[in-house]
Amino acid sequence: MIKTDIIIIGAGPCGLFSVFEAGLLKMRCHLIDSLPVPGGQCAEIYPKKPIYDIPAFPEILAEDLVKNLMQQIKPFKPGFTLGERAEYLERKENKNYVVTTNKGTKHEAPVVVIAGGLGCFEPRKPHLENIENFEGKGIEYIIKDPDIYKNKKIVISGGGDSALDWAIYFSKTASEISLVHRRSSFRGHLDSVEVINNLSKEGKVNLITDSEVYNIVGEGKLQEIFIKNKKDQKMCIKTDFWFPLFGLVPKLGPIKNWGLNLEKNAIIVNSLDYSTNMEGVYAIGDVNTYAGKLKLILCGFHEGALMAQSAFKYIFPDQKSSFKYTTVLGGIKGF
Amino acid sequence: MKEITINVIDEQGEAHKLKTPIEMGLNLMDVLRSHDLVEGACGGMALCATCHCYIESSHKLSDQKDDELAMLDQLFSIDENKSRLACQIPITELIDNITVKIAPVD
Repeated sequence: MIKTDIIIIGAGPCGLFSVFEAGLLKMRCHLIDSLPVPGGQCAEIYPKKPIYDIPAFPEILAEDLVKNLMQQIKPFKPGFTLGERAEYLERKENKNYVVTTNKGTKHEAPVVVIAGGLGCFEPRKPHLENIENFEGKGIEYIIKDPDIYKNKKIVISGGGDSALDWAIYFSKTASEISLVHRRSSFRGHLDSVEVINNLSKEGKVNLITDSEVYNIVGEGKLQEIFIKNKKDQKMCIKTDFWFPLFGLVPKLGPIKNWGLNLEKNAIIVNSLDYSTNMEGVYAIGDVNTYAGKLKLILCGFHEGALMAQSAFKYIFPDQKSSFKYTTVLGGIKGF
Repeated sequence: MKEITINVIDEQGEAHKLKTPIEMGLNLMDVLRSHDLVEGACGGMALCATCHCYIESSHKLSDQKDDELAMLDQLFSIDENKSRLACQIPITELIDNITVKIAPVD
């Protein structure tokens, strides 16, 4: 069990900066993030994009913002559980919360701060009635270990980089690989498109364009998929696996089952201190909502600062927190 | 401040007539979100498609960038002739009296 003062769910910029604000008040933090590296959207989605509205930085790349934040919070020695999704929130008799990840890692603290941004990115699933019956039984949205699919029959759907890259990869290892795309052209990298077209000419990839999967069949596991083209001509392919690769969509994920008051996938907070309806649970950054909410990193920083003050009073009700400017402190004293 | 009119058909098929100023650097998603008609989760970066809509009028719109095209390409509810991400449509005089229909969320 990892024990700390504050568990922060989400290691994006707001979660990271909260470590600093909590650290100034001598509170230790541990961050959990489903991504394998800290930085949230800034690291995963737009690391090379410049941001123009961070105070005192006329322009800063998202990845540099993360790098600077990591440096700023270093003295406070935050803990990290990365590549794991916060799955369950329970409250113990001593009023501490226990957050358990999808891999079973347990964390305990009196305060939980949800800084989950847009939430978890989950696969966009085709609208087929029985698709859930075959998930994990022939249908996979994320390919983790490609060796499993060696010498198997595979169908991939999608037209982006992910679909193209995997179709190219499996053209070397699968016994049969088909790529089904709704349109006649692909939006992936030009190099990949050229490779796919060449593989198709060589008969190494079965390219099925202007088409989509409309039915899936199997007993106990996926066995056949049915495809139709824009002229309503239909065909059936016998297959072992189908990978629908239609990108990711942001979802709140397991947090929505934790008993928090929500409004349209955002957590309702009191803008006085960004507390939620659950005692000791706060929400900051893009994941929360309140009157006048602005989804800006700088607003999330502000929310983190006020949250830390409130969390201190909650954790240490008998102690007086003396608010001091960092310049007055004469340097940052970490742990 | 000059205003334009935006006609919206929401997911339930109900019609709305919105007025919005053109000189505030807004995009169509900002306006639709302020009236609770779309979620606009990613804040306008063409990352989530929660502002996907169909352009029902014959307005000539700005060209689509790769980010928008790539996102639309992944949607099941796409209409190749009408689909746009509202966050990629700036509010200008060119879209005065446009009619948009909110797409179902994939």
